[in-house]
Amino acid sequence: MSPTSGFSRQAAIAGIGATEFSKDSGRSEWRLACESVLAALADAQIGVEEVDGFALFTMETNPEIAVARALGIPELTFFSRIPHGGGGACAPVQQAALAVASGVADVVVVYRAFNERSGHRFGQGPPSFAYVHNTDQEYRNWINPYGLLTPAAQEAFLARRYMHKYGATSADFGAVSVLSRKYAASNPKAWFYQRPITIEDHQSSPMIADPMRLLDCCQESDGGQALVIVSAERARDLPHRPALISGAAQGVGPQQISMSSYYRDDIDAMPEVELVAQQLWRQAGLGPQEIDAAILYDAFTPMLLLQLEEYGFCERGEAKDLIASGALEIDGRLPVNTHGGQLGEAYIHGVNGIAEAVRLIRGTSVNQPAKSIDNVLVTGGSPVPHSALVLSADH
Amino acid sequence: MSAPAADSTATDPAYEQRLAAFVGTELQPPTPGPDPVNVPMIRHWVEAMELTNPVHLDADAARATGRADVVAPAAMVQAWVMRGYAATVRPTASAGRFQELVDLLAEGGYTSVVATDSDLEILRELVPGDRVSVEEVVEEIGPEKRTGLGVGRFVTTLKTYRDAEGEVVATQRWRTLRFRPQEKPAPAEPTAVRPRPAINRDNAFWFDAAREHRLVVQRCSDCGALRHPPGPMCPECRSLAWDTVTAGGEAVLYSWVVAHHPRHPAFESPYLVAVVELAEGTRLITNLVDLDAADLEVGMPLRLRWLDADPDLTLPVFGPADQED
Repeated sequence: MSPTSGFSRQAAIAGIGATEFSKDSGRSEWRLACESVLAALADAQIGVEEVDGFALFTMETNPEIAVARALGIPELTFFSRIPHGGGGACAPVQQAALAVASGVADVVVVYRAFNERSGHRFGQGPPSFAYVHNTDQEYRNWINPYGLLTPAAQEAFLARRYMHKYGATSADFGAVSVLSRKYAASNPKAWFYQRPITIEDHQSSPMIADPMRLLDCCQESDGGQALVIVSAERARDLPHRPALISGAAQGVGPQQISMSSYYRDDIDAMPEVELVAQQLWRQAGLGPQEIDAAILYDAFTPMLLLQLEEYGFCERGEAKDLIASGALEIDGRLPVNTHGGQLGEAYIHGVNGIAEAVRLIRGTSVNQPAKSIDNVLVTGGSPVPHSALVLSADH
Repeated sequence: MSAPAADSTATDPAYEQRLAAFVGTELQPPTPGPDPVNVPMIRHWVEAMELTNPVHLDADAARATGRADVVAPAAMVQAWVMRGYAATVRPTASAGRFQELVDLLAEGGYTSVVATDSDLEILRELVPGDRVSVEEVVEEIGPEKRTGLGVGRFVTTLKTYRDAEGEVVATQRWRTLRFRPQEKPAPAEPTAVRPRPAINRDNAFWFDAAREHRLVVQRCSDCGALRHPPGPMCPECRSLAWDTVTAGGEAVLYSWVVAHHPRHPAFESPYLVAVVELAEGTRLITNLVDLDAADLEVGMPLRLRWLDADPDLTLPVFGPADQED
């Protein structure tokens, strides 16, 4: 296959930068945004005044105009914000690639910065804006009055069906958590640095939304992560090896209702993810067999199994066997979440995972596999309107 | 004579004696303030209190009134001897007699406190450089009284403020009510209600029907397709015309979660939230009642019940199929 999409490999992630990841940053979300954007620009060795675009996704509390104002960026020609929170985590990079490839902007910055642990915690229930009388949050009318209040509980319905259908167990989910904590244990930036767990730890962790245990749930974190996207041509003149954006896609599936699409034929499949996968392979001219490593969105462990299947790394129901085979380990066929994921490193709404994919392409991950890494898949949250990327080395 | 009520004012004579022994004694020995009277602290006070009298900061204005220099605001006398925030929240040494009195009052059940009045008498104005100290003596511990806050005793102390020469510059009669907090009767209504649905033109019919204990499903008037959750248009044929069918109440269990965390005050954790498939074919999110999590199985039959959660919210819930509501 060869690339068929007009923007494939035309843009690259040239800079990554982050604050520390913590449980209490002690400073404003706005400041975290500014710090991480500056760090990413410094990494790319691009001047602040050159930034002319921002692409964000919702649940970001720092508008691009506030960050532009604080940083003294004089003009922006491109700015966008993708809906659906973590599902859209990779979509701003697509926006940036489209803008750069089409010449609408030259330097587009993506960031996520929040105090999600010390401030409003998504795991504590619906935010105040959940109770508006328009269509935006309408889906909550059918779940909130029954006490279905958190992402963990909303995704537990899928996990239960998946277990029922394929015989997966809580320990199969736990294997994901153990692996993530193993990677995190050797990542100094990870909250769970030097704190690996065993499957017994997972199995004895308390139920949060049965069948999901505490150690099936990602962390809640404070921190900021930013990315700088420029043309591939420009990126080749910058200090780091470019992470070319060879595929970038979004997807909404049939009868999509945010994270509660419970009225479809089967709720243990994720058609929006499959739709994204098909686009990525077509855009990049690649298939799952050419993906060397993956950063799969791991807000909750069961979703990692479902994504392995939707992206074609194994057949439906076989993800547990793929994981048990060691394929996701550092020396395996498909190292996954080498930074420790959101379970182990930090929950920066998926954007810290994009940075790890860039490091894998550069060859600078703290858990860099020995083999050559040419193509890395990065995914956003599921089962919500979804997004994902393929980042590639420049050969 | 009837038995004393729980909040009786009858008290133990021995206890009365121990209280009386405090009267006339010193709660706090003469204690100097940490800093002499000074202009920076005066300035903070003047700004915070929005005082307009210039004699506190403007030496010329003070002299024009016959004073030698600026003077501290009279009500500030207490501020010069305050022990500071850190010592207040983290007392280091034993708090001495004052703590003994607090402990004795607590022994009588008077665990709550409210300040009632403070009579300040100023004998001379303080000027920068003055070193102020304070001592406190118990003047009176009153008999037990029934007040709006609860049964308690008024405790009056006298604070005497002196300068470096030992001359009295001010006195303060300080009265507090030490009382037993009244037990509040349990509220008739639960304090927390379930999260509200946001009713609008697209969904009001469903919640209205629920209040009448009717579980309805929206139906396209043109092609007959059922849909839930409701919407303005039929996704099968784009018709805007619709009516409803009333579900018979038979369903099977499709999936469920046992919700443990976070705890919400309207729900008793853990509780069961389920996806059920109605016999009519549409799915519904609901709660399961009279069922144990350990007994649940995908596909098990269920029967509709109604939960009148509060005066404004009625919801369909499901229980075992072999039990009538």
